[in-house]
Amino acid sequence: MSRIETKTIDAKVFHRQDNKGRILCDHCNEVCPDTSIVSGDKVFCCPGCRLVYEILAENDLCDYYNIDENAGSTQNKPFHTSKFEYLDDEAIIQKLLDFSDGNSAKATFYIPDMHCSSCVWLLESLYRINDAITYGSVNFLKKELSVTFDIKRISLRGVVELLTSIGYEPQINLESIHKKINKESDRDLYIKIGVAGFCFANIMMLSFPEYLVRYDKVEPQIKTVFTYLTLLLSLPVFFYSSMDYFKSALKGWKQKMVNMDVPISLGILTLFIRSAYDILSGVGTGYMDSFSGLVFLLLVGKLFQKKTYDTLSFDRDYKSYFPVSVTKKEGAKETTVPLENIKKGDRIIIRNQELVPADAVLISGKAYIDYSFVSGESDPVPLISGDIIHAGGRQIGGVLEMDVIKDISHSYLTRLWNDDSFKKEQESKITLLSNTISKYFTVIVLLLSGGSALYWLRSDLTMALNSLTAVLIVACPCALALSTPFTLGNVLRIFGKNKFYLKNISVIESLARINSVVFDKTGTITRSRTAKVDFIASPGTREELSAEEIHEIYSLVRESGHPLSRYIYNYFPAQRALPVSDYQELIGQGIKGRIGGREIMLGSNSFLRIEKKNKKDSTSSIVYIKINGKFRGYFQISNAYRPGLKKVVGALIDKYNLYLLTGDNDSERLRLSEIFMNKAKLYFNQSPFDKLNFIKMLQKKSERVMMIGDGLNDAGALKQSDVGISISEDVNTFSPACDAILEAGHFERLNDFIRLSKLSLNIILISFSISFIYNLIGLYFAMQGTLSPLIAAILMPVSSISVVLFTTGSTAFLAKRIKLL
Amino acid sequence: MSAIVVLIFGSLLVSIGFLIAFIWAVKSGQFDDNYTPSIRMLLDDKADNNEKKKNKSKEGEE
Repeated sequence: MSRIETKTIDAKVFHRQDNKGRILCDHCNEVCPDTSIVSGDKVFCCPGCRLVYEILAENDLCDYYNIDENAGSTQNKPFHTSKFEYLDDEAIIQKLLDFSDGNSAKATFYIPDMHCSSCVWLLESLYRINDAITYGSVNFLKKELSVTFDIKRISLRGVVELLTSIGYEPQINLESIHKKINKESDRDLYIKIGVAGFCFANIMMLSFPEYLVRYDKVEPQIKTVFTYLTLLLSLPVFFYSSMDYFKSALKGWKQKMVNMDVPISLGILTLFIRSAYDILSGVGTGYMDSFSGLVFLLLVGKLFQKKTYDTLSFDRDYKSYFPVSVTKKEGAKETTVPLENIKKGDRIIIRNQELVPADAVLISGKAYIDYSFVSGESDPVPLISGDIIHAGGRQIGGVLEMDVIKDISHSYLTRLWNDDSFKKEQESKITLLSNTISKYFTVIVLLLSGGSALYWLRSDLTMALNSLTAVLIVACPCALALSTPFTLGNVLRIFGKNKFYLKNISVIESLARINSVVFDKTGTITRSRTAKVDFIASPGTREELSAEEIHEIYSLVRESGHPLSRYIYNYFPAQRALPVSDYQELIGQGIKGRIGGREIMLGSNSFLRIEKKNKKDSTSSIVYIKINGKFRGYFQISNAYRPGLKKVVGALIDKYNLYLLTGDNDSERLRLSEIFMNKAKLYFNQSPFDKLNFIKMLQKKSERVMMIGDGLNDAGALKQSDVGISISEDVNTFSPACDAILEAGHFERLNDFIRLSKLSLNIILISFSISFIYNLIGLYFAMQGTLSPLIAAILMPVSSISVVLFTTGSTAFLAKRIKLL
Repeated sequence: MSAIVVLIFGSLLVSIGFLIAFIWAVKSGQFDDNYTPSIRMLLDDKADNNEKKKNKSKEGEE
């Protein structure tokens, strides 16, 4: 078993092995193809991993491996030294630095490879590798590293190259130079809650004696001091903590929209003014405790509904995927220029694994373009000079030269972001339930308070004013305003536990109201990293592959990174790979190599020089096999649909209009209509613009649309739809702008998510009625003009707390019934 | 009368001190990241232990 082990490395030293006895890399824990790459007594899978180990060993940082078992990540990636040349450009440096005073500079990087506590330790120990770096601090959830360094001794490029050399390449893209860090609003809310809570507690304490029976006997000066103190303490609550409600109400009012903040502001305002008047005129002690308690609870509700997922980003556009710079060729000179300066007619150079930033026409070089993130299509496309390459394609293979024919923002794909649906920031695409209710609520409250004031006006002016303000105070929809954030905030958390991440709580309401569901095909209902692989033996032999042949093919495809090779590799059971000699990979053609004297060839029919099979179904890819010059058959690789798809479709089909939009041709129409039970409308050959316009068209027919997609090609449709859900195998990687991100493994729960959203709206309605009952009791006192501060002080918190308990309890109960918790 | 008023003002002053401390903590970013410090505080400790262990085992080998 350990033939190689004993030959090249010291067998006495312990090496990590997997359960099949294969030696694992001492840096990244991946299986080593052989044991030729060593340093000291350590074995590595690739030179990259060895390099990282050597840097760490040199700086006495090998504790890295002791902190977390899965510390390193594989360094088996292409890399060329001029890659970070663009970081010498002064304009780019200025945009990337957070701060610089000529001596010390600070920069924040997004580092996708950060994954464990070892990473945190190493990245914060950077100063031990290079003493020009003064300080490093990691935000693990955001995968961000902020470094402070001496810019005179190490350049920004130096820092980035250092990070890359230890295996933590920062992701720098067009978006990182446009970013604006917005932390302040969160901090503001914390401080507002802190201030309101502080004042609330103290006012409570000061008003408590008021409710005691024997308070009359206390000296009047103490009473005065106490009441004036409550007034003083309520000032910061009114002028600072509750300001957002007034602003929002005013904004809504100006747009002729009565949102929930209008009756809240009305209540807060009267509560404060009436209490202040009572205190200043010496009539009474006011309702300052109810007032500050109300503001405090409302703010807590606001915090509760504001569950954010630091690791996820819901508003990425193409800028997150495009590089910061590109190599431009002028005459014979090659320079790295910021992408923003690229204009129509420029000649640019694209190397292996680089992204084409704008539509361009190929001048020279052998292009082999992977459009997977534009269209979701995994097979790279070979192109010849004169062909147009669309922006967003990634070159696999050699160096290309091309002439830019469109500006970056007007290229085929990026044009999508110029559409109107991206321009306006739609806060909420539907009228929220609470806003609809508060409209009627406000009208009724105003009528009631006016009515009771009129009634009293005939006999007593003070009574009239008293009842007017009392009605407004009591009717303040405190419980009403709390029910929405607490119900939906809780549902948001329940969804989060099921790997369904929403942008904010209004998505739940939209989700509950949809009546159409639109699916994308590739990557959405099919799985993007696995495929259905079938072996079909050649008609001449009709023999299945022998165990030995499988072993040989397995060992050969292991060497290749092509998606089709990966599918075949995953199709076979994992086993120990055989050594491959004379390995060759011809891009766009196939792979070949020798194993134990036998020549294995895999690839297209032209590569193997055999006749093409008449395949009926053009969506599947065919890989032909030749062993020792003899044609053995072919692999047919076709889309694998997600395991839960039938269940999801079955659950949705009777309740919603289903549509399928795909950029692919209609060769799978039969299979798809079978899955969708002939009830869904299927549309093929849809461009990203067609998808966007299709959603617009549905919405004109007043359908409320949920779109489920994955790639950048769905970006327009996701943005335009009422609920855009981006499905992703790994939620931390890529997702276009959307309302929600769903981890692919939980796709089959889709219907349950919609069900819980609907139920949560019912919960809100029920809690509304609960708070109405409290309001009615309050109104009974208020309209008679006998609302004492005591009744207000009891009624307000009791109604709020019962609503909060009811909403959180019932959402948890229902989620358990649907088995989401 | 005066005793309770003095006490009230005294307690208010103390609590205002805590409020200011809270506001300072928020403004200086101590609530921005409430996950990483939990890893970080474990690290130094653990790394030191490992270093010692490793040194010991190295000595043993030699």
